[in-house]
Formats: sequence, C-alpha cells, structure tokens
Amino acid sequence: MGYVYPFLWEVYVANIMLWVNERSRPFSEGMRLADLIASDKPEADLLIVNGFPVTAATVLVDGDHCWLIRRGEIPSIEEIDFLLHARHTPGVHERVKMASVGIMGIGGLGSAVAVALARIGVGRLLLADFDLVEPTNLNRQHYFIDQIGMAKTDALRDTLARINPHLIIDVINERLNAAAIVRHFGEVDVLVECFDDAVMKAEALRTALTDLKGIGYIGASGVAGYGDNNSIRTSRIAARVYLVGDGESAAAPGQGLMAPLVGIAAHQQANQVLRILLAEA
Amino acid sequence: MPDYLDESVMKIVCNGEERTVAPGNKIVDLLRELGLEPDTVVVECNGVVLKREEYDTHLLTEGSVLELIRFVGGG
Repeated sequence: MGYVYPFLWEVYVANIMLWVNERSRPFSEGMRLADLIASDKPEADLLIVNGFPVTAATVLVDGDHCWLIRRGEIPSIEEIDFLLHARHTPGVHERVKMASVGIMGIGGLGSAVAVALARIGVGRLLLADFDLVEPTNLNRQHYFIDQIGMAKTDALRDTLARINPHLIIDVINERLNAAAIVRHFGEVDVLVECFDDAVMKAEALRTALTDLKGIGYIGASGVAGYGDNNSIRTSRIAARVYLVGDGESAAAPGQGLMAPLVGIAAHQQANQVLRILLAEA
Repeated sequence: MPDYLDESVMKIVCNGEERTVAPGNKIVDLLRELGLEPDTVVVECNGVVLKREEYDTHLLTEGSVLELIRFVGGG
C-alpha cells in the first residue's frame, strides 16, 4: 500500500492504522511494540512512541506514531523522504525536493540559510565561498571548533550531510565576480546573496537584475549589531527579487555582527526562498 | 528667477524625492554628492538598471527618475 498522509487518516478513518518510521501499518487491539520490532526492525535499540522513549513491552493504541531506531544508523533516503513528507504540507515536499538554490557567501547569513534549507530538504544546494573557517567566525557562523582551518565550503558540506546525507551539495571554492555569478548560478531556481562586502552585494544585485533576469533572488543589507528585532524586514525590489535587513546597520568597529540578528535576517532569507519556490507550481 | 527658467539647474526624481542637479552631471556625480560610494549602490535610471561602468558616463537629464539601493557591509 502506498504512503498516506497521517492527518487524512486521523480525520476520516479511525481505528485501523499506526505508523512505523512514518509508514502505515495495520493496527490490531492489544498490539505491543515488540510485535512491530519483530516484523519491521529487529535490530532496533531505541524505541520512541509519539515522541517519547518507551520499552518493547509498551501496548500500542490506534494512531500511534512509532519510531524504531538503531542507534548511529543513517536513515534510508526513503525514510527521510517519508519523514519530510509527513512533516510538511502535502505537495510542499515534492517541490522543495526538486529545487536548486545557490548561496553566495557562507558566513553568518549563508551558513544559517544553508542549514535551514537543508533541514527542509531542498534537493540541491550550490554553496560559494573562498574563505577558511577562523576562530572569529564562531560567534555567528555555523561552524565548529574542530573545523577551524578548513575551507568553509568543505566544512559546511560536511555539516549539511550530517543533517541530510541525501541532499546534493555542490561547492564553488573561489572569489566570485559578476561573470562568475552568471556562469555558476544561471540554472538555479533561487539565488541568495549572503556576502559580507557591500561592493559585492551591490555587484550581485546589479548582475541579477541585468544578466539573470527573472531569477529568484534574495539579498541582504544591514544586519550588524543588536538592534530592534523588527528592524529586520524583507522588501520586494522587483518581481521575485527581495532584500532583507534594516538597510542601514553596517558592520563597523563598535557594531559587530552577532548570531541573533544575523540569524533573524538569514531565516527571513531562507523563508523567502521557500515562499518563492512554493509560489510556483 | 524661477527654477524652470534657470538652465544651470535640472530637476530629477531620486527615490521619490525631487532634487536639482547641474546640467552635465553624471550618475557618479550625484552619488558622490549624496555621500555614497558608487560601488556599493545599485542604480535604476528611467526603469533601466545600469552597469557599474555606466555610472561614470551616463548623463542625468531633466526629469530623470532614479531609484538607488545602497548596500552596507556585513553578512
């Protein structure tokens, strides 16, 4: 039997199903978790029902969501697919999975955008940066102590693979300019500008508006400091083109870049990517 | 003398606000007057987004409508 969305069953068909690793299974009165372990995953050593750890002796009730996990095992591509299907509104996952998103610069903004998009299952990410991970990055960028000295592109690719090993992550380890932006990102569905440098930010938007017309594009400007949460806004510049930030708060001595406000901006960018992707059938 | 008779002054609209500039001024002159570093600004002039190299040659004309987007660093 094919996959069925849980909420539909909960509404229309009572008393016949439960869910094992997000796949439907027939339910019968008096079933114990041990029965499912035997039939579905004998090697499971971590048992979760409706979000709580339980033992194999647990008696199940109709509609239970059971996860049978072997510690340290990577879920199959099908299991992750089912999981994302179940967590996202029907139809959303397919479109997100087919999408290709470019991220220019993977510092404070770009690394957080990439993590958010990887978690929702964007099928292909194209990451560009020329920097190495430095200790000063760790106050806001999604890197770790043991990654200091690595190329950011390699470090972030490793991290994203730990979130979802089935995504396609391509990297560009070079300094971009207008010509390189056109060459590398001409085929993506949405391009996210996460540069640090104001000159490159302007160059990228100019390029998008002249040489990549029609592309989905989300830039950023004004994300430094710890100003009012709601000063970070998403503004429409043209069809499918947006800018995020307060437009003013430059990174400067006395006004550093910090994880919270940069994170607010990055997640506005990531959500705008999703909005653009889902606005298109 | 009213502005419209004064050939030493030209009216343009910049981000929705009317401004006067001297005839012969180019995009780059206006940006400098506004205290903006041209490399960090995206300019749309009469509906057309300009390339950076055009800032130095593109003459402002009477009634030009400009939209400027200025970027600040940090990301």
